[in-house]
Amino acid sequence: MLKYEDNKNLISISIINEMNIYSAAELKTLLDKLIDDKRDMEINLDGVSEIDSAGIQLLMLIKQERNNNNLRLSLVQHSNAVLDAFEFLGLVSYFNDPVLLTNRKGDLHGA
Amino acid sequence: MELDLSVVLPTFLDESREGLDELETILLHLEHNNVDHDKLNSIFRIAHTIKGSAGMFGLDEIVNFTHVVENFLDKLREGNTNITAELVELLLACGDHIRLLVQIAETQDPLDDLLVKNGSALISKLSILNGPDEDSNVKKDMVPLPDTDTERIDSEHAKNDNWHISLQLSIDTLRNGMEPLSMLHYLETLGEVISITTLGDAIPQNAEMDPESFYLRFEIIFKTTSDKQTIDDAFEFFKEGSHIAILPPNSKVSDYIALIDSSDDDERIGEILVHAGAITQTELNDALSTQYSLHMTSIEKPLGDILVEQRMSYQPVIDAAIVKQTQIRSDKSRDAASVRVDSAKLDLLINLVGELVIASAGTALNAQTTENTMLIESVSTLTTLVEEVRDSALCLRMIPIGATFTRFKRVVHDMSKELGKDIELIITGADTELDKTVVEKISDPLMHLVRNSIDHGIENIDTRQANGKSATGLIKLNAYHDSGCIIIEVNDDGAGLDKQRILTKAIDKGLVQEGQQLEDSDIYNLIFEPGFSTANEVTNISGRGVGMDVVKRNITELRGAIELDSKPGLGTNFRVRLPLTLAIIDGFLIGVSADTFVIPLDLVIECIELKEMNNSLDTSKDYINLRGEVLPLINLRTLLAIEGGLGKRQNIVVVKYGSNKAGIVVDELMGEFQTVIKPLGDIFHNVRAVSGFTVLGNGDVSLILDIPGLIQGAISNQPHILPITA
Repeated sequence: MLKYEDNKNLISISIINEMNIYSAAELKTLLDKLIDDKRDMEINLDGVSEIDSAGIQLLMLIKQERNNNNLRLSLVQHSNAVLDAFEFLGLVSYFNDPVLLTNRKGDLHGA
Repeated sequence: MELDLSVVLPTFLDESREGLDELETILLHLEHNNVDHDKLNSIFRIAHTIKGSAGMFGLDEIVNFTHVVENFLDKLREGNTNITAELVELLLACGDHIRLLVQIAETQDPLDDLLVKNGSALISKLSILNGPDEDSNVKKDMVPLPDTDTERIDSEHAKNDNWHISLQLSIDTLRNGMEPLSMLHYLETLGEVISITTLGDAIPQNAEMDPESFYLRFEIIFKTTSDKQTIDDAFEFFKEGSHIAILPPNSKVSDYIALIDSSDDDERIGEILVHAGAITQTELNDALSTQYSLHMTSIEKPLGDILVEQRMSYQPVIDAAIVKQTQIRSDKSRDAASVRVDSAKLDLLINLVGELVIASAGTALNAQTTENTMLIESVSTLTTLVEEVRDSALCLRMIPIGATFTRFKRVVHDMSKELGKDIELIITGADTELDKTVVEKISDPLMHLVRNSIDHGIENIDTRQANGKSATGLIKLNAYHDSGCIIIEVNDDGAGLDKQRILTKAIDKGLVQEGQQLEDSDIYNLIFEPGFSTANEVTNISGRGVGMDVVKRNITELRGAIELDSKPGLGTNFRVRLPLTLAIIDGFLIGVSADTFVIPLDLVIECIELKEMNNSLDTSKDYINLRGEVLPLINLRTLLAIEGGLGKRQNIVVVKYGSNKAGIVVDELMGEFQTVIKPLGDIFHNVRAVSGFTVLGNGDVSLILDIPGLIQGAISNQPHILPITA
């Protein structure tokens, strides 16, 4: 579900398997401990097999919290499931991470 | 669509004229009252309708001119411009100009130069008034107003042809086991999702955030050919606790407006919108509950405002729906109030009913002679029905006098301006109905009386103030029913008649001998004598050679009468008494020797036997004591020189006209009789005692007595001119 490595200046989190309503509560509890970490944060989404709106809003929450505290967050290695969702919902530009754009249209903000 | 417009042109002309009449009425109302937004809207709509319909017929002159007026009115209803007398004047002139243009559209005459010049003069006046009357918003308002709603929408149309869906779902969405993303994916099956914007601004701080609550909002640009209901259905399961706004593409706005315009039912505003597909039933319910909760906190808000605020619909759609609603309502009330029928058809009907009445009287008479009770029974039923048919047929011709009265408003307005007087016209009893023919014929005499009051009655402002009166003169028009008659009063609070001047003039003209003692009322009534005008100076308005004698003659021709009352310094009151109808009356049939006569039943008070009063009939005696009152008698036998012996007994029919009573001495009382009035030929023009004749059921001819004339004669004790014995 979630694992992380502490580096000196970076906390690197990997989320694996589902990011959905069923895992959201648990994921949040796990993330709560890390969310205020002063180091730069990187979340690897490579292992996310499925994401729904609960997962999306969780990511948005983290982004929002980090932004509010002037802390960095980068999402990396988006899985196809995440990319699809981001593009569909027009969130690519919201997270503003380098992604490999697919052919989907829809995210006018990202363009 | 090929449509022969020439067929509907008369309708356009009629409706435009009606609109212009209404415009005039409203403008005159505005002049004397506080600015009423509804009224301003109404006149704007009138101009708008005329312009629109004229456009359909390609009547460019009307379109161009009315367009300017419409724009002006549009600003007027938006701004806080004061309705000044000057402005009303100008708008009245504009109305007149449109009327002339409509006239030209009918006659298809070419436009003459004067008219064109007039039109541009009015337009430039409008633009002058437009300028300085506006406050600080001038700059903003300088942007030319878009022509019509349609154009405004069309210009937006180019920008955007997509639906805009705004989703603010319930916080419990996820907990209820629903996944918004799949719903959004479902949307893709209905059309093309152009873009989705996901807003996370509702996500709370980490500590408060419940991962199983739903905080996201979506703004969706969507392209589809489906209707609003279909789109709405996609959100069916998400509605609970959600706020979903589905805004149609701008092209749809004009579709909705078109739809709304084409619907004919009297619906409530919300229903109109739902019907046109501009909002869904759910949205309507939401808005209604919002409206209700506002109402509970005693805030009243129109449904349209709520719909726009909650982003359920666009203002132009709401506006169109409101216009439609108003229009349907007014159309409906007008439809219910009247049916247009050719008056010739109506006259034919009345004539036929008249014949029917006579025929039915004949049948009743014949039935009586058969002594067949069954037959008599059914004929009596028939007679009752015929009476009802007669009454309702006559009602068809009854129209309210109001329209005639309203026309005088303009006359008062124009003339008082011209004469530098300040006059207000007060109308009461406008609903009083009388025969259409009477209304038409009374219009001119009334006009003369009103003009007379304006010109001679009401004094100049200075004179009025000097006499301690208010600067504004009052002219009251009043109509009411009184024992089978209609009374129309023209009353002014002016100087009253100058008794001395009338007398001097009458003596000059040889109408009165010097030194003759006359009652005040007799002196006043002298003004009805031919060739009598008391105006010291001949003005533009009166002194056209049409005197009060013509007024009196016109009214007498209608079997009516006019009397007047005047108090020096307080004003003059003209009272016109008219019969309700000219065609059929309830008559009272009487017999003198072998002849029968008809007295209008409305005028009959009672019948008494003469024997009781005076056994020895003295024909020279011309009054009796009726319960302490002097009752002048009119002996028909003497009066009409009827030969033949006295009947078994003599009866007196007591009649009343106005405030005067008289007794008519007759032989036989024959009872009620439906009388179809037939006019006497010109040869009987000078016969005063009879006003017409009728045909009895048995084919005999019976004369209708001219009771007002007889009473007048009995009172003044002057023998009538009776060349009737021949």
